[in-house]
Amino acid sequence: MEQTLTLLSFGPDGWGDQIASGVLVTVSLALATLPLGLVVGFLLALAKQSDEKALKMAAEIYTTIFRGLPELLTLFLVYFGLQIGIREAVAALGFESQIEINSFLAGMIALGVVFSAFASEVFLSAFRAIPAGQYEGGYALGLGKVQTMIKIILPQLIRIALPGLGNLWMILLKETALVSVIGLPDILRQAGIAARVSKEAFLFFGTACLLFLVLAILSSIVIRYIERSVERSEVRV
Amino acid sequence: MSVTRQMIEAQAPPPLQARPWSTARVSGLAAMALWLVVGVGIILFLVAEWDPEKIDRYAPRYFSGLWVTLTLVGISIVLGALVSIPVTAGRMSSSRWASVPAYCYVYFFRGTPLIAQLFLIYYGLGEFRPQLQAIGLWGFFRDPWNCAILAFTLNTAAYQAEILRGALQSVPKGQFEGAQALGLTRLQTYRKIILPQAMIVALRPYGNEIILMVKGSAIVAIITVFDLFGETRRAYSRTFDFQTYIWAAIFYLIIVEALRNLWNLLEDRLTRHLKR
Repeated sequence: MEQTLTLLSFGPDGWGDQIASGVLVTVSLALATLPLGLVVGFLLALAKQSDEKALKMAAEIYTTIFRGLPELLTLFLVYFGLQIGIREAVAALGFESQIEINSFLAGMIALGVVFSAFASEVFLSAFRAIPAGQYEGGYALGLGKVQTMIKIILPQLIRIALPGLGNLWMILLKETALVSVIGLPDILRQAGIAARVSKEAFLFFGTACLLFLVLAILSSIVIRYIERSVERSEVRV
Repeated sequence: MSVTRQMIEAQAPPPLQARPWSTARVSGLAAMALWLVVGVGIILFLVAEWDPEKIDRYAPRYFSGLWVTLTLVGISIVLGALVSIPVTAGRMSSSRWASVPAYCYVYFFRGTPLIAQLFLIYYGLGEFRPQLQAIGLWGFFRDPWNCAILAFTLNTAAYQAEILRGALQSVPKGQFEGAQALGLTRLQTYRKIILPQAMIVALRPYGNEIILMVKGSAIVAIITVFDLFGETRRAYSRTFDFQTYIWAAIFYLIIVEALRNLWNLLEDRLTRHLKR
């Protein structure tokens, strides 16, 4: 028991510092991916509900591909593909270089792309839940297209889309564990290193699982708080 | 009083307005052009890199990997469905002693990454080798394939339990009461009245779960099970040829799209009595 506590403690004998830094990496990767995925997902949803056939189809192709590929494969495609692509592009310009793509960046792009594909579906169904009268009301008040979108549609859209986006955030948080495979020092990778060195695999992978569980619980608290604060505007007696 | 003296001649329809070059149209065409370039680029790349020797060597491995992926997912889904029944029963039970453990089980497996669960079972339980040897289970846990099946079964059982619970709760209470009034036993009630209605609700979530498992199963490659992704990684590490990953992507897209379309057909067929 004492030995276990020593292993998990902070300081030179324990793995506490490394695992704590892993938690930080996991959380920052998820937080960095979120805005990217949300913005791209929103734009995709706009494209999917536009009257322009070409735009719609382009967005559908994007969703079909990135919802169908395993996240791990997307990650590898981005990680190796970008590296090869950049090398070829640089070689075509007549330079020679060995550019290494940062695993954080690769993870951010891959997870963001997958997140946006799923988020676009959430946004799309939220768009469909907003009656056309809301747009018409906005235009009747003399608001432009952009203003109607930002001031009238978006506040309602967020409220409707929030439960779906909350689920996607939970999935994103869990998917960050995959980036440990390409060497990002997140919770799982740090736990793996600790497990290999100390030969206490069950302890460290168990700790990693519990840490993910704690992150999930914290997120659900935050999401509930956000939901409550957005719903405040809806119920007015 | 006005008298019409002359009929107005039939007029030609107004000339068709040329569709304006709106931002949406321009960006749509640009995006499609980009996809076209990417698609043609990938095809040209595959054609340029086409090497009969490589294809001869690696195509059978890809197909064996594909088979491993499909059997892994198939076995886990079926076993998971079996495990999910007692979990659902526990979750819906009014007894605390049954519902709290079931809730914790579901929360743990849905709240942690599948890859962490896999590591916990494969590497973590490997540490208890003497104890496992003592009870004769070491042979089971030594094999990564068994560990993958175990991890996937436990994981999908948690998700399937939630699907099943949601579906059962969507059946109105009056259906139970009606069955009881007819004098049906509990088993008969479930088999003939509740499950047929619940399964229609559960159909789509089950389909999504299978697709998620197909995608999620790629991680077994990390614990040296040679599924489709494992074979891909092995082929890449020997050839350093990027087309290995592109072929894997094509395979996965075909599986997922086939499953999705199959499920749409199935749903159309099974819910035809609900359509008006």
